[in-house]
Amino acid sequence: MSATLGHRSDGRSRRLLDALVAPAVFGIGFLLVWEFTVQAFDLKPYFLPAPSAISHAFVDNFNLIKDAAFVSGKNALVGLIAGTLLGIGAAFLLMRFRILNELATPMAVALNAIPIIVLVSLFVNMYPATSEMPRRLMVTLIVFFIVLVNVAKGLRQVNPIHVELLRSYAASPVQLLRKARIPNAVPYLFTALKIAAPTSVITAFVAEYFGGNQNGLGSRITSNMSIAKNAVAWAYVVGACAVGLTFYLVSVALESITTHRRGSSPGGDST
Amino acid sequence: MNAVKVNAVSKVFNQGRPNQVDALIDIDLVVEPGEFVSLIGPSGCGKSTLLRLIAHLIEPTSGDIAVNGKPASQARLDQDYGMAFQQAGLFEWRTVEKNIELPLELKGWDKSRRRARAQEMLELVKLPEFARHMPWQLSGGMQQRIAIARALAAHPELLLMDEPFGALDEMTREHMQAELLRICGATETTVVFVTHSIPEAVYLSDRVVVMSPRPGRITDVIDVDLGRGRNEDTREDTSYYATITQVREALRKVESSRSNPDLAGIEDR
Repeated sequence: MSATLGHRSDGRSRRLLDALVAPAVFGIGFLLVWEFTVQAFDLKPYFLPAPSAISHAFVDNFNLIKDAAFVSGKNALVGLIAGTLLGIGAAFLLMRFRILNELATPMAVALNAIPIIVLVSLFVNMYPATSEMPRRLMVTLIVFFIVLVNVAKGLRQVNPIHVELLRSYAASPVQLLRKARIPNAVPYLFTALKIAAPTSVITAFVAEYFGGNQNGLGSRITSNMSIAKNAVAWAYVVGACAVGLTFYLVSVALESITTHRRGSSPGGDST
Repeated sequence: MNAVKVNAVSKVFNQGRPNQVDALIDIDLVVEPGEFVSLIGPSGCGKSTLLRLIAHLIEPTSGDIAVNGKPASQARLDQDYGMAFQQAGLFEWRTVEKNIELPLELKGWDKSRRRARAQEMLELVKLPEFARHMPWQLSGGMQQRIAIARALAAHPELLLMDEPFGALDEMTREHMQAELLRICGATETTVVFVTHSIPEAVYLSDRVVVMSPRPGRITDVIDVDLGRGRNEDTREDTSYYATITQVREALRKVESSRSNPDLAGIEDR
């Protein structure tokens, strides 16, 4: 069986290569059509800059973009970590105290219906103008609920046979938690992170539109637009894509470690 | 000392409420050490409930149950029995050997002793080369063999099985039945075995306990006189067929006395 596994990983890397060729061809083609369209119809830069102009702007402003990316990325990361830790903690409380579960479920559903991102403007008022706190708080709050809902589900939805088996082994409640509930919740946590990681980046960018420091990618895009440096604004968009993609790929890689061991992963819930 | 002694046991679910169910009424059953006893009957006759009562996963409404001469609750705390279900129920995040080691971990055995016993159990179910595999890499029949190895890991004197081969195909199922007889013969384990299948009950058992539903009770106990050392030829033995007929008629009697179609749940194969 180990021999077949070896063959499979060979096949997998070849399939990965095949899977990359089509999107790469499509991407290059798309950029060529874009460039050609801008040239041929003589589109004005304030309407749509050409890819060549954007890449020039990206190279010229690389250090500024990098600094802004670190500011936004750090906000997203701090919020992601804080929200994840708080979400895991709250999930344990929910499992321990049934009454909390009954209170929290309607709340999570209600939060699902309202655009809680608007809370940023309230947070901005609570802190000094130069503080990064409002953005980090916003990311924390959004990540918190995604992690809470999924991890609570993983702790609760244990295979009933596992529970009966552990009972037949005379396991204590703590042993039930350690041997069944927590390991069962691990893939749910990684599924939550896969949903939460890109969401944290989006939230960090969008939160910058609600005022405060003008040092992140989101605010740099609007400020460059307002002084008609459209190609530079687009270069910041490229930077934003890079940050989002980095967060997503890291979370997918983390998730695949657990799915590789277990053969499957649970579907996740976003709030 | 009896391996299992069930004395005047009744089990009522949702007592006093409109959805009250008399799952079991006045059950008496004695299983001797080394005996293989099957519980058979239509769906809803309470055979799985009886098994769970013996395992002390649920408590009887009245009556008492002794396992190895002590109350069922104490027998559970002492891990006097092993258990296997229709689903193998392996822990998917543990390797095969770590699954087998789980009951031993909870008994507080140290690692080297656990590892040695897991290897011994893997030899017993003839899957020694799969110790480091993950459960999803195994077929359904192999997973069920691991579940049996896990149930026997602590060398319990009693094995409780709830339709363990119900989800397997016919070929695998017959193979597993022969394997179970071999393993239980080698380890001198007492077995209480819940099944839907008449031939399975007859092939495996020393005694077949026939049960009927609403309320769940024992209507017949049939001795199977096929001796030990059963093999594939046993399945073509005339006394094997005679006993199958006897069990089938006992189940028909259940049906005609109550004139209900509950026998839909019984497999004739």
